[in-house]
Amino acid sequence: MSRNLALGAILSSLVVLAALTSFLWTPYDHAAMNIPDKLQVPNATHWFGTDHFGRDMFSMIMVGARTSIAVALLAVGIGMALGVPLGLAAAARKGTWADELIMRGNDLVFAFPSLVIAILITAVFGPGAVNAIIAIGIFNIPVFARITRGAALSLWEREFIMAARVAGKGAARISAEHILPNVLNLLIVQGTIQFSLGILAEAGLSYVGLGAQPPLPSWGRMLADAQTMVSFAPHMALIPGVAIILTVLGLNLMGDGLRDWLDPRLRVTRG
Amino acid sequence: MLRYSLKRLLSLILSLAVASLVIFFVIEVAPGDPASFMLGINAQPDTVAALRAELGLDVPKAERYLAWVGGMVTGDFGTSYTYRTPVARMIADRLWVSLPLALYALMLSTLIAFPAGIYAAARRGRPGDAVVMGATQLGVAVPNFWFAMMLVLVFAINLRWFGAGGFAGWDKGLLTGLHSLTLPAIALALPQAAILARVMRSALLDILGEDFMRTARAKGLSRRQALWRHAVRNALIPVLTIIGLQFSFLLAGAIIIEQVFYLPGLGRLVFQAISARDLIVVESVVMLLVFAVITVNFMVDLAYALVDPRLRART
Repeated sequence: MSRNLALGAILSSLVVLAALTSFLWTPYDHAAMNIPDKLQVPNATHWFGTDHFGRDMFSMIMVGARTSIAVALLAVGIGMALGVPLGLAAAARKGTWADELIMRGNDLVFAFPSLVIAILITAVFGPGAVNAIIAIGIFNIPVFARITRGAALSLWEREFIMAARVAGKGAARISAEHILPNVLNLLIVQGTIQFSLGILAEAGLSYVGLGAQPPLPSWGRMLADAQTMVSFAPHMALIPGVAIILTVLGLNLMGDGLRDWLDPRLRVTRG
Repeated sequence: MLRYSLKRLLSLILSLAVASLVIFFVIEVAPGDPASFMLGINAQPDTVAALRAELGLDVPKAERYLAWVGGMVTGDFGTSYTYRTPVARMIADRLWVSLPLALYALMLSTLIAFPAGIYAAARRGRPGDAVVMGATQLGVAVPNFWFAMMLVLVFAINLRWFGAGGFAGWDKGLLTGLHSLTLPAIALALPQAAILARVMRSALLDILGEDFMRTARAKGLSRRQALWRHAVRNALIPVLTIIGLQFSFLLAGAIIIEQVFYLPGLGRLVFQAISARDLIVVESVVMLLVFAVITVNFMVDLAYALVDPRLRART
């Protein structure tokens, strides 16, 4: 296992662990206001300090991890659940109108500036975590469709697929039983990358007020709250920002590491 | 080339048509009628109906869609529901902030990424490469609006080199205008520079393994000479594609950065319009951004085919 993969896995597990722990325990109630203790810098009682309402930032970061992970994970889920079958279908019917239709549809979604459309969707259907998931998820569909189709196309030329066809299996069954298991590695790697992009997108949407709504804590909204206070309480901006960076960095390192690790060709050359 | 261009042009027009349909209908299903929103909850039904008629909301959807698209083609984007001024003029005013900001950021991103990518490729596997690649990993992970806040904290609040937000206006002089766009442009450029540097490096590394590079070295060029004369030039093709794509990213990404710096650009216009239910403004700005992205992609494709004839043959 490479150093990148190890480092990425450690960072990502820490975030997941924080999110899971928050269901059972947080140092303080993340929503409990305590005005006399407001704007404390990190100290022994409040490890990450407190915000302008005296809420414990460590507890908020823990619960915020939950929101980020849930939104990004579900958005990746939408992308995979719809994108992978579309990609498999397009590859199985290569060159037909169905393939053309699926791929042109993909191009179209790609052409939309994702952030603008995410803003449009959340603005039209109301801000909130669910609409943020849908808005981010839609843009994951073409990513997974394209990557699945690309990998599946070269697999269709292989002899073991020919053997399966000779054995009388239909396109759908071959796709499910032979193509899908062989593109899974690629999907896991891409899933990790889309997951990290989802974390960033969720933070951006929450920052402009279109993501998770109060009282659900989210890292992006913590940053929005911090903005007017950055001059006298910089920790309020620093801490959620570092949380986002470490999470995204961890996922990206893990994605890169997984790609190297799962790709047998790279393993052979490494000896 | 002509046939390829025409084919791409056709798909461009098709994409724009579908995009306009999607945008129009997404906004049409939006809950909340602009007229009743503007008049408040105590408005009389006949007043609302009168305003609906005045805003042109009482005509059938299909007719409104055609009028909207037809207007945009001729440069008439309609009239803002809330400001009662032509949308085209509002957008034009805001473009004077958003467009220079995106171009400024694009320039910065290129200026950072080119040397960084070339340096890393030339020192592949050595500490210099590792440092640059580490920095790009970090650059990709940083949310640009957070980076923007940190820039404000350091360079505006502590060092007082720049203002913390707002736009001085171009009438105060080019330098003053650029000065107020500098921090936002840096914040926008950083993540894009990280991506571009990685693309530059990997494009160079691909080329360094080519036969003609070995020939160049064999005929007596030093590594550095071969890199500059043969590799960089060839690496420019994929890099230019990414630069083209980045421009539209920057234009759209400016939406959030404008919020951080209170810049009167398209982004702030969209958010103001959304909260005021000024749908015609939202529609038009979104369509304009989509138009910019699709058109830039189209031009990148054409430029690509122009430099690489194999692409034309393939399609």
